Amino acid sequence: MSAVNAIARALPIPAGAGLARTLVERNARAFRHGWVTLVSGVFEPVFYLFSLGVGLGALIGDVDAGGGRMIEYAAYVAPAMMAAAAMNGAVFDSTFNLFFKLKYAKLYDSVLATPLGPRDVAVGEISWALLRGLLYSTTFLVVAAAAGVVHSWWALLALPAASLIGLAFAAIGMSVTTYLRSWQDFDYIQLALLPMFLFSATFYPLSTYDESVRWVVQVTPLYHGVAMMRDLMLGDVAWGILAHVAYLVVMGLAGLLFAARRIERLLLR
Amino acid sequence: MISAHRLTKRFGEFTAVDAIDVEVRRGEAFGFLGPNGAGKSSTMRMIGCVSPPTDGSLRILGLDPATDGPAIRARLGVVPQRDTLDEELTVRENILVYGRYFGLSRAHVRAKADELLEFAQLTERANSVVEPLSGGMKRRLTIARSLVNDPELLLLDEPTTGLDPQARHVLWDRLFRLKRSGVTLVLTTHYMDEAEQLCDRLVVMDGGRIVAEGSPRELIALHSTREVLELRFAADDHAPYAAKVTDLAERVEVLPDRLLLYTDDGDATAAAVQRRGLQPLSVLARRSTLEDVFLHLTGRTLVD
Amino acid sequence: MTTTTRAQPAEGRMAGRAFAYWITNYRRVWRGTIISGFLGPLFFLVAMGFGLGTLVDDGGLGAPGYVEFIAPGILAAQAMQTAVGESTFPVMGALKWQRQYHAMLAAPLGIADLVLGHVAFVAMRVAITSVAFAVVAVALGAITSWWVAAAVFAAVLTGLAFTTPVFAFAARQDNDSGFNVLFRFIVMPMFLFSGTFFPVEQLPAVLEAIAKVTPLWHGVELCRSLVMETATAAGSLGHVAYLAVWVVGGLWLAFASFRKRLVT
Ligand SMILES: Nc1ncnc2c1ncn2[C@@H]1O[C@H](COP(=O)(O)OP(=O)(O)OP(=O)(O)O)[C@@H](O)[C@H]1O
Ligand SMILES: [Mg+2]
Repeated sequence: MSAVNAIARALPIPAGAGLARTLVERNARAFRHGWVTLVSGVFEPVFYLFSLGVGLGALIGDVDAGGGRMIEYAAYVAPAMMAAAAMNGAVFDSTFNLFFKLKYAKLYDSVLATPLGPRDVAVGEISWALLRGLLYSTTFLVVAAAAGVVHSWWALLALPAASLIGLAFAAIGMSVTTYLRSWQDFDYIQLALLPMFLFSATFYPLSTYDESVRWVVQVTPLYHGVAMMRDLMLGDVAWGILAHVAYLVVMGLAGLLFAARRIERLLLR
Repeated sequence: MISAHRLTKRFGEFTAVDAIDVEVRRGEAFGFLGPNGAGKSSTMRMIGCVSPPTDGSLRILGLDPATDGPAIRARLGVVPQRDTLDEELTVRENILVYGRYFGLSRAHVRAKADELLEFAQLTERANSVVEPLSGGMKRRLTIARSLVNDPELLLLDEPTTGLDPQARHVLWDRLFRLKRSGVTLVLTTHYMDEAEQLCDRLVVMDGGRIVAEGSPRELIALHSTREVLELRFAADDHAPYAAKVTDLAERVEVLPDRLLLYTDDGDATAAAVQRRGLQPLSVLARRSTLEDVFLHLTGRTLVD
Repeated sequence: MTTTTRAQPAEGRMAGRAFAYWITNYRRVWRGTIISGFLGPLFFLVAMGFGLGTLVDDGGLGAPGYVEFIAPGILAAQAMQTAVGESTFPVMGALKWQRQYHAMLAAPLGIADLVLGHVAFVAMRVAITSVAFAVVAVALGAITSWWVAAAVFAAVLTGLAFTTPVFAFAARQDNDSGFNVLFRFIVMPMFLFSGTFFPVEQLPAVLEAIAKVTPLWHGVELCRSLVMETATAAGSLGHVAYLAVWVVGGLWLAFASFRKRLVT
C-alpha cells in the first residue's frame, strides 16, 4: 500500500485515500432502486446475437475467420457482440451516469468533503462500471455457450478481456464527459460509438475492406477488442493477441490518469 | 487548529478572499460574518481542503492541505452552504454511505446512524428517500451527516439558514454541547443573534478582507455605542431627517425605513429629538447588538 | 397551479400554435439530431448493406442484393426510432421538467391542441429524416425506384403508428425508467426481428407470428414492396389500414392520458 502511495506521489496522479471501494458500495446501494435498468442491459447483445448471428446468419453460411478457417456466422459474430457490449456498457456508465452525478446530483461535492480524493472518484466509478460489465459479459457468455457458438475453453478468458475493454472505454468516456456541457453533446459520443460498433470488423471480416482503408479500422480501439475476443472465443490464441491487450491497457491507464486529473480540475477549484 | 496567513483565493481576475489572517484555537467557536459575496464560503472551502488557496499559507490541524488533504478531511465535519445530499439514497443510507467514505466499519456507522437520526429528529423518516423532505429536514440531515466521523473540527456554512425557530434553537443547543465536549466550531452566519449566542470570537469580512475581529462583546464596545435609538418617520426618504439630528448622536445611520442614532443614552436622545419638535411614528431605544456593528462596518443592511 | 379545466370551445383548432412552439424550439437543437436521425441509419446502411452484404446469399431475399433488401427496412426502422425518441423524453420533459404543456394550457390551448400540435411536430421530424435517408439511399444506388416517394409517406405513417401510443405511455410515467424498458424490450427487438435485416420467415413459427403483428413489420413490408415495385393495392391498403389503427387508437389513448395527467 505504501509503495502504491509512493508511486502515486511521484507521478502526477491526483490525491486519493484508497477508499474507492466505498464509492462502489454507494453505487450498489443507489442501484438497488434501479435494478430494472441494470437487468435490461443484459438483453441487448443477446438480441443482436440471435437477430444477426442466427436469423441473418442462416442466409450467410460460413465465414472465413482468418487463415482460411471457416466457421458459422453466429460463432463469428458472437465475440464481436460481447466486445461491443462491453464498450457500450462502459461508455454509457461513464458518460450519462457520470454527467448526471457531476452536473445535477452534485454527488462529488459531498464525496470530496470526505477523505476520498479525485483518484478515488475515478477509480471507484470505473470499478463500478467494470462490475456491471462483468455481470453483462458473464450472462452473454453463458447464453452464447448455450447457443453452441463458443468453441474453446479459452473463452473463459473472454470475461477479463471484456473487463479490459470496459476499462479502456470507461476511462476515455469519463475523460470526455468532463468536457461536456449539455445533454445535447451526447449525440457526439454516439457519433463516435456507432461507426466503431458497425465498422470494426464486428459484422464481417477486415478483408472485406479495400487494402487502403484497413489501417483506419485497425487503429480504432474496438477493432482490437473484437479481434482479441474473437481469438479467445474461437480458441485461436497466439502471441499476437498481446498486441491487442497492450493497446487496451495503455488506453485504459492513460485514460484513467487523465480522467482523475480532469475531475480534480473540475471539482477542486 | 487553523492557522491562515495572507490566505488568498482568486477566481481568474476576481479576488474572492484577499490576504486574510485567521487563527482558530482548539475548542473555541469561531464565526465568519459578512454580507453576500464577502468571501465566507470561499474561505470555508479552502479550510475544508476542497479548494486550493491561490496564495498565502494555510495549516489545518497542523497539516498542509496541499499534501495531506485526505488526512485532514478525515478529521473534519463539513456542512456546506447548499445541501449536497445523495438524492438516490434514503435518509438513513445517506449517513451510512457517508460514514463509509471515512473508512469506518459497517457496524460502527450503523450504530452511529441511529444516534444521528435521533439527533436530527429524523428517525421516522429514516427509510424515506431524500427528495421529498422539507428544506429544514434536509438541512438537519446534512448536519447530522457531518458528525458521522466524530470530527475534531466542524465547519458550518450558514448552518441554520432555512430552519424554523424551534429547529434553530435545538441546533444551537446541540452545537453548544458539541463545543463543550471539545469540538472546535467554525461557522458562517447572517444571523447576528446566532453569532452572539455561539461564537467566542468572530471576524467580519467584506469584499474578501477582514474588517474587524474580536469577541462579540469587544466588537460592540469598539464599533458601536452602548445604545441605539431607532426612529421611524412618516416619509419615504429618511435622509432629510438625518440632517436634523446628526448633532444629537455620535453617529447616524440612514436605512430605507428608519434612522439609527448611536448614542450612550437612548432615552435622553429620544427626549432631545422630541424637544426639536420632530414627530417620529415610532421611537425605540435598545441596546447595541452585533447587527449594528455589522451595519457600521459593511455599510449595508443585512438582508438577503 | 396553472392547469385549467375551462372547456375549450374549439379544442384541437389551435394545434398550430403548439406545433409552432416545437418548431421554434427545434431550431436551437437541430444539429445534434442530424447525428442520431440521419448519420445513424446511413452508417447502418453502409455497414450492413455494403459490408455484410458481401457475405449474404441473395437467394431468399426477393431483392436483387442485400443492400436493396435492407435500405427500405432501415427507412421504416429509423422512422420508428426517431418517432419513439421524440415521443419519450421530450414528452416527459414538457410534462415534468420544463413544463411547456402547463404553459400552453395556461395560454388557452386545450389538451387536443397540445397532443395534435406535438404529434404533428414529431411527424415532421420523421419526415425530414426519412427524406434525407431516402435521398442518400437513392444516391448510393440502394434504392432505384421512383416509388421511393410513396415509401417516405409510408415511413412517416410507420412513425406515427409509434408516436401516438408512446405519447400515451409517456404521459403515464412518473420517471424515465419506463423508457428504458420500452427501448430495450420493445423498440430494440422490433428493430432486430421485424424484417429489417432478414425476412421474418427465418424465425421460428411462433416468433414469426409475433413479428407480423408488430407495426414495424407492416411498415417495413409496405416500404419494401413499394421500392421493389412488388406492391399490390390490396396488400398495401392492408398495411396502411393496420398502421392507421395504431395511429388512431394511440391518439385516443394519448388524449385520455394527457387529460388525466394535466387536468385534475
Ligand atoms: N467557483 C467560483 N468561480 C468564480 N467566482 C466565484 C466562485 N466561487 C465564488 N466566487 C465569487 O467569489 C465571491 C465570494 O463568494 P462566496 O461564496 O465566498 O461569498 P459568501 O461570503 O459565502 O456569500 P453568501 O453570504 O452569499 O454565501 C463572490 O463574488 C462569488 O461570485
Ligand atoms: Mg456563502
